[in-house]
Amino acid sequence: MDVKSIIAKRVALEFKDGDVINLGIGIPTLAADFIPPSVQVILQSENGFVGLMPLSGEIDPDTVNAGGKPVSIQPGGAVFDSAMSFAIIRGGHVAATVLGALEVDQEGNLANWMVPGKVVPGMGGAMDLVVGAKRVIVAMEHNAKGGAPKILKKCTLPLTAKNEVDLIVTNLCVFEMTQEGLMLIELAPEVTLEEVKAATEADYAVSETLKTMAL
Amino acid sequence: MCEGGINMITIVTKEQALEKIKNNMILMIGGFLAVGTPEILVDGLVAKGVHDLTVIANDTGFPDRGIGKLVVAKQLKKVIVSHIGTNPETGRQMNAHELAIELVPQGTLAERIRAGGSGLGGVLTPTGVGTVIEDGKQKVIVDGREFLLEKPLKADVALIKADIADKAGNLIYRRSSRNFNPIMAMAAEIVIVVADKIVEIGEIDPDQVMTPGIFIDMIIQG
Repeated sequence: MDVKSIIAKRVALEFKDGDVINLGIGIPTLAADFIPPSVQVILQSENGFVGLMPLSGEIDPDTVNAGGKPVSIQPGGAVFDSAMSFAIIRGGHVAATVLGALEVDQEGNLANWMVPGKVVPGMGGAMDLVVGAKRVIVAMEHNAKGGAPKILKKCTLPLTAKNEVDLIVTNLCVFEMTQEGLMLIELAPEVTLEEVKAATEADYAVSETLKTMAL
Repeated sequence: MCEGGINMITIVTKEQALEKIKNNMILMIGGFLAVGTPEILVDGLVAKGVHDLTVIANDTGFPDRGIGKLVVAKQLKKVIVSHIGTNPETGRQMNAHELAIELVPQGTLAERIRAGGSGLGGVLTPTGVGTVIEDGKQKVIVDGREFLLEKPLKADVALIKADIADKAGNLIYRRSSRNFNPIMAMAAEIVIVVADKIVEIGEIDPDQVMTPGIFIDMIIQG
């Protein structure tokens, strides 16, 4: 399995039947392909609907996801305006949001919306999603291109939100944010503790019940 | 008793509507990545050449689609948006200090517009607490939790895209082209709608109306 599929498949195991889920662009979107058939989730698209599904049939120019790509709305879906869309998000009606990160740190801080002086795409809906969703799952490759750590003691880039991250899923492992700090709870198949340590700047504890990802 | 029914809204040409838009005005323009943007009005603004506009919108579209065309034509002095990543020209003008950009979290943007149209003094949101978004804003603690006071937004003119309008101005939107249109239709002095279909009064059932016609000033056939 390739790196992105490992991350997406592991993320998909977090979803429970009936959950309303918002998936960010990139690896998070891939998680939809790995949801077990026994689990039915409702995907929310922050541009204004629930019942997001892959494009089925002809392209409808009025039906796009939050990345502007053509999609379809499943039977039973519902459309609303942007104010209601974010009332759903901030109001705690989304069980989990999955999104990528430029940096995440041992205090659960997340940075994923700008690199000062370089790339300033804007936060879009990310700040609201991270504050409002019941669970915040970061899904990303463990290290940046070139190998620099992304899981840090403290984020250096402008934050998307403070202390909101609940789970970090990478191609190497899974970290959970606990009261005591970051806890390593799973390793990807054939990955060692030493490899994770070498690839991670943040301080973390290793769970007494450390598992291998059930891919 | 008003047995004569409800007054009709004037159906106008694109040119008649564009007469309302002058240099230095504040515009709200509906749409999300150009889906739900009244493209013929954007094209009309480019052709007319009005400048120094402030635009409030979700994003700046693409260089050749949606609000992005106004950026490329250098007709804007400021944008208040949640995202500029799909239009490299916006970033270039920002870095060259040719265009002022206020980035607002998308949910906060929606609520500021809603507050503007709803007579509220602002909204309290947890979004942005602990980030650069809180700089210069009043913090309010409610039941032990920190919120930011975000102020309302209003505009001189709102440009709205609907699927169906009746001649009383009642609107129906289609799929994800709804997005910011209904809240912007409430928050501007003059509200101009481009509708793909215009029908007679009575053809839209009152229960199906998404934006009441009382907010609308002009309708253009899309």
